[in-house]
Amino acid sequence: MSDHPTTTSESSPQELVPLSEGSPPERATRTTLRYVDDRLGSANFLKRSMDKVFPDHWSFMLGEIALYSFVILLLSGVYLSLFFHASQRVVVYDGSYQPLRGVSMTDAYASTLHLSFDVRGGLLMRQIHHWAALLFVTSIVVHMFRVFFTGAFRKPRTINWHIGVGLMVLAILEGFAGYSLPDDLLSGTGLRIAYSVAESIPVVGTYVVYFLFGGDYPGQDIISRLFIIHVLLVPGILLALISAHMMILWHQKHTDFPGPGKTEHNVIGTKFYPGFFLKTNGFLFMVFGVCAALAAFAQINPVWLYGPYDAGQVSAGSQPDWYILFLEGSLRMMPNWETHLWHHTISWNILIPGVVIPGIMFTLMAVYPAIESWVEKDKGFHNLLDRPRDKPVRTGLGVMSLTFYMVLVIAGANDILASTFHWSLQATTWVLRVLIIVLPPIAFKITKRICLGLQHHDAALLHHGVETGIIRRLPSGAYIEVEEPLAPQKAETLAAQIGYDHDGHPPALAGSTNGHAAADGGISRPVGALAKTRSKLESFWDEPREDIPDPHVPDDAEHH
Amino acid sequence: MVSVSSPDAPEPTPRRRIRKRRIASLGILVAALGTIGTLYAGLAPSGSAASNSDPSIARGRQLFLQGCASCHGLNAQGGVRAPSLIGVGAAAVDFRVGTGRMPLQQHGPEAPRKRPVYNNAQIQLLAGYVASLGAGPAIPTNLNYQSADVAFGGSLFRTNCAQCHNFAGSGGALTYGKYAPSLSEATPKQIYEAMITGPENMPVFGDKEITPAQKLAIISYIRTIKTEPNPGGAGLGRVGPVTETAVAWLVGIGALVIVTMWIGSRA
Repeated sequence: MSDHPTTTSESSPQELVPLSEGSPPERATRTTLRYVDDRLGSANFLKRSMDKVFPDHWSFMLGEIALYSFVILLLSGVYLSLFFHASQRVVVYDGSYQPLRGVSMTDAYASTLHLSFDVRGGLLMRQIHHWAALLFVTSIVVHMFRVFFTGAFRKPRTINWHIGVGLMVLAILEGFAGYSLPDDLLSGTGLRIAYSVAESIPVVGTYVVYFLFGGDYPGQDIISRLFIIHVLLVPGILLALISAHMMILWHQKHTDFPGPGKTEHNVIGTKFYPGFFLKTNGFLFMVFGVCAALAAFAQINPVWLYGPYDAGQVSAGSQPDWYILFLEGSLRMMPNWETHLWHHTISWNILIPGVVIPGIMFTLMAVYPAIESWVEKDKGFHNLLDRPRDKPVRTGLGVMSLTFYMVLVIAGANDILASTFHWSLQATTWVLRVLIIVLPPIAFKITKRICLGLQHHDAALLHHGVETGIIRRLPSGAYIEVEEPLAPQKAETLAAQIGYDHDGHPPALAGSTNGHAAADGGISRPVGALAKTRSKLESFWDEPREDIPDPHVPDDAEHH
Repeated sequence: MVSVSSPDAPEPTPRRRIRKRRIASLGILVAALGTIGTLYAGLAPSGSAASNSDPSIARGRQLFLQGCASCHGLNAQGGVRAPSLIGVGAAAVDFRVGTGRMPLQQHGPEAPRKRPVYNNAQIQLLAGYVASLGAGPAIPTNLNYQSADVAFGGSLFRTNCAQCHNFAGSGGALTYGKYAPSLSEATPKQIYEAMITGPENMPVFGDKEITPAQKLAIISYIRTIKTEPNPGGAGLGRVGPVTETAVAWLVGIGALVIVTMWIGSRA
């Protein structure tokens, strides 16, 4: 922390100083600014941007993985589009892959084979594109973990959270459209499922799929339509939303964890240029490198093995890419329920797992910030983050949702699990049906318990210090363990994280007089069902944080 | 018994009718016993009948009595624990014993492939004995699959085999713990035998459904994709996107998070 330029955003603007003065990074900044200003006269804007301060915690860079995999996707995607034919015209393959020569297939599939076997670097590019796609969605999810569990979605960043949820849904759609394009046996199977899911929507479903596919499945139009959706429509929206996401981030400045000197109104960290700029560019190349290494050493989506799509064929173990696996799982887990009404069939067996469940999941994700601020009656601005342990209910709810999601994902691979571990497929499905109801509440309980335990541990550390393992005998004959207080900086950081204010007062206890109720001049009794629910939820959310002592109250030395 | 009497014919006396009926019953009884006896002598397997025709069948029977008869019965007629082997043919024995599935390790939904207990000569003797019990598919010979049409075999494979054995013959789950095994260790002869005998849960693909030439094409395709390298790097088990998921999360994002922590630590 000491030997690199650490700055706060409140630092005073630099005056015009000679180019040769200062440390190398400062000189670098100044040289660049002068160069641009001499030509564009935009130094003020650039200067403000270059002096933008980014906090240093590693977890704040997870979103950049998504950004850089998106760059890789754009670049490799352009290369692929030079050779891919988005056409369902039937051709006879005569390329260099022997086991498919002479087989009738669509031009989309044939051109993918051509791209893989007869275009220089084609297979590598295809694999880079596909691995980058997996990493794109994966890093979005990992980035969302960080944002959710640290409370970075709170006001004023709720709009960016919504944009983020939108980006994730679009990334999933984009991925699905992308791997459906080659028109191989696996992707066709996926499209068939998507067709049926859309068809299961009452009243409009059949019309929607007829318009989308240009007729009964598989039709003649879907590949060319998916192509435009995949290379123009969705990437365009993604690009616009990513820009908005980053401009809002730039405008609002980054959040940071509490610590010494950190307040709701400052940012402490590295300046954008040159420090953060170099870091983030290095990171770009690292992401490139990981994608290229995966593409070089691990085969992905071997379409030549799947064969061309044929509605009469299906392979055992047909799974989608991981980000669709939860939908596959919910479909596989769902009991086979149908209702027949006035010559119409309502396919609950597809409608619920394919439309209702993902709808609920994404809606809950989008409205969670609103729910939390409503329950906590929290209308404040939050630029300092929470540690997951300091918000046991939020962390618990997050882990609970993830557990639900994980059971869905595992159910999507139930046949692979059954055949790998020699389990009964039916038993696997039934066990998962039970687990999806039983596990999430258990996960919530356990997570909350762990969070509270960690809170107590922190309080003990702060209050009693570190156990040294040295046992001392007192004149009275009693034995005590010698405890060493934390180093001052560590203690200050920990105190800030737990929530002691700058005067060293402990965090407000919910329901106590220094909570929000005091501001209204007393504890008001909730009136009406909604208010009562809210009040109940609030006391559940903000359970009193016991055992967090006030460091100003002298400790009773003989409490052990 | 209803007897239809015409008004013209004289009524037989009751005594004569009874005597006539007794003679007829006796005749039927003798005829029935004779037929059953003849059928039994002709159809029922008898040790002496088999042993005096061919010494190798006798040796096969000896092996059978030692290793198989405790479940399949002294005359391979089957029992509570195992089916009859009369009429299953030599190919079924060669497949089951040759892939180590028989003798059975334990009762379960599926007999796993394991190291064979009998050597090839012993398997031929056992197969010969079982074939002598009744007609069934013979062990295929001269499987000239190298000259078959690979691409056509691929289409047939995807239509008839992939829904259980997976697109690359990596195997897959069936109901209640049963499974379609991986084809990676199966020899061409064993694949052919499996198609004509339908072991375990596999259907029989008779020569009218898939002709011998088409069977050879399928074998050719299975052998080709088994021996062809994975052009894109490690094959990840050839089971589709599930292993790709594991690699993306454990290797891909795992490596990138480590990189993030590393870059984050050198602020």
